[in-house]
Amino acid sequence: MARVTYLEAIHQAQKEEMARDKSVFIMGEDVRCNVFGTTTGFVDQFGEERVRDTPISENGFIGAAGGAAMVGMRPIVDATISSFLFPAMDQICSIIAKSRYIYGGQARLPLVIRSCLFYGNSNAAQHSDRPYSMFMNMPGLKIIAPSNASDMKGLLKAAIRSDDPVLSFEDSTCWMAKGEVSDDVDHVIPLGKGDIKREGSDLTIIGVAGGVNVALNAAKKLAEEGISAEVIDPRTLVPLDRELILQSVRKTGRAICVDPAHMTCSAASEIAATIVEHAFDALRGPVVRVTTPDTHLPFSPHIEKPLYPSVERIVDAARRIIGAERAVPA
Amino acid sequence: MTTTGENDPRLEKYRRMQRIRQFEAKAEAIHAAGEIPGALHTYAGMEASGVGACIALRDDDYMVGTHRSHGHPIAKGAKLRPLMAELLGKVTGICKGKGGSMHLSDFSMGSLGETSIVGSGGPVAAGAALGAKLQGLDRVALCFFGDGASSEGAIHEGMNLAAVWSLPAIFVCENNRFGMSTPTDKAVAGANVADRAHGYGIPGVIVDGQDVDAVEAAVREAVDRARAGKGPTLIETKTYRYGDHAVNMGRELTPRGPEHDDWVARDPITIYRKRLVEAGVADADLDAIDSAIADEVADALQFARDSDYPVFAEAFDHVFVDRLPIPADVSAHA
Repeated sequence: MARVTYLEAIHQAQKEEMARDKSVFIMGEDVRCNVFGTTTGFVDQFGEERVRDTPISENGFIGAAGGAAMVGMRPIVDATISSFLFPAMDQICSIIAKSRYIYGGQARLPLVIRSCLFYGNSNAAQHSDRPYSMFMNMPGLKIIAPSNASDMKGLLKAAIRSDDPVLSFEDSTCWMAKGEVSDDVDHVIPLGKGDIKREGSDLTIIGVAGGVNVALNAAKKLAEEGISAEVIDPRTLVPLDRELILQSVRKTGRAICVDPAHMTCSAASEIAATIVEHAFDALRGPVVRVTTPDTHLPFSPHIEKPLYPSVERIVDAARRIIGAERAVPA
Repeated sequence: MTTTGENDPRLEKYRRMQRIRQFEAKAEAIHAAGEIPGALHTYAGMEASGVGACIALRDDDYMVGTHRSHGHPIAKGAKLRPLMAELLGKVTGICKGKGGSMHLSDFSMGSLGETSIVGSGGPVAAGAALGAKLQGLDRVALCFFGDGASSEGAIHEGMNLAAVWSLPAIFVCENNRFGMSTPTDKAVAGANVADRAHGYGIPGVIVDGQDVDAVEAAVREAVDRARAGKGPTLIETKTYRYGDHAVNMGRELTPRGPEHDDWVARDPITIYRKRLVEAGVADADLDAIDSAIADEVADALQFARDSDYPVFAEAFDHVFVDRLPIPADVSAHA
């Protein structure tokens, strides 16, 4: 165990898996120059064949990762910023997500496509996307969205070892946060298993990616008001640990879904729908989404920052749904 | 050379072209009778392009193809039974009834998919070539694409990647003169797709796509170059599809000019058969091949007809490694 940052957890996961399995290699734009610190020392340790700088050609190199996976390699693609997945939608959705299926199981696609959620720092709309829910609507892709260093390492290792294609969405608001991280080479967190980050009894807050940390801060604030909030982190969006969410909501009777993505068809929307559909009889108030509104993200920080889920918005939502219930006559 | 032994490679080219032609003729007939669901994009007229290219490959070399997918797997040596069963949507189909006519792809023969998103095979082939290189294998990856696909960014990205990394890849543009209804000269800038090779610093070769020997020679040279670590080649086979974009679409989509008859007169199988006979192969031996293939096709169709449709759970398999559960509200009505 050591306290390391989320970025260092990514570095460790990649390094350990590349050392463990020669079929793992990494490619992406400028991975050798190590822009964000996740490939420190890789060229020296693994050589330039396994640490490949690509042309600025996302559809090309992400599709090539699919081709390499089909012939027995286990590529990690560092697509850097998640907005850059859009040029590669063709290969991600038509080739990588569907080849196992459309060829009746003949194709295998063990690959990981990593990208960061690069929002909240005045990068304007074209660099600030949180697009995981677009891919949740495409069968055949597993999706991880870790909120802390330990989960990041364990889930990325699971993703690299998985025989299914996995998209790793890495929240830049978590990058520098340190946490205790295992140095066990087999510190692997199974895909599809959520985690209770804080226990509580009055309401459940389900957080997505960095939304988990906002939810934890809100839960502390609510505790000061005597409201006990449970915080659930699904960690993996596909498969989604619906049962863990439902168990918590059946206990608390109230739910807030916190997601930094835009509201419509967000992961929060899917979680809210799941709760309403399967735990309706346990609900004591409306299920609320705290998300980013359906507008683009502006450059100017004065108008960008208030768009994201915040402690204040979550606390307001909690007061509202608890108040709404109290307002109902007995 | 006048030998006509069973393994005579000259006869194998004839056999594979004839197998494609007869397989598709049968498929077209039963499609018209309603036995094959969905679309059927035929390859007739282009057999020399596929067979000439694939005969230059080893069984363990990789190949990526297109929605016009009947020709490539047969050219690469696939057996007919699972291909015909796939057309009929049966569980014994090569894709278990989940791919159909646009995706006949036999991975046991080195195929990595026949993809129906035009141009999308380019990056896949580059990646397979990269995989082979990283594994220290001397395999090559061949990407078939059409003149229409030459306008897609994915093809450019695949070729650029293969060229910049000097990957063992061969890009074969089968220029059949039309993208659905649009003539190539209305959609593709420049006189030849192969000319674009110059921009990547790789060889660009134009070859008569109706001449199986010419295609084989061009691809063989490209394969040798690729195996030697000298990088990719772009080959353009000038060819022609006899049929419409797809069969039984209700009306003709592809406009036919006076050159249509000239192309049909240069039928690749007729040209090759004549060459074989002139080289001393007995007509009777070639007739015997035709007849044996008719039996193979009939056997494949019988096999397909005798096979079962997939059970409903198959719709939920192969999304991931682990089969998905069938939602209860769906299974109740399946």
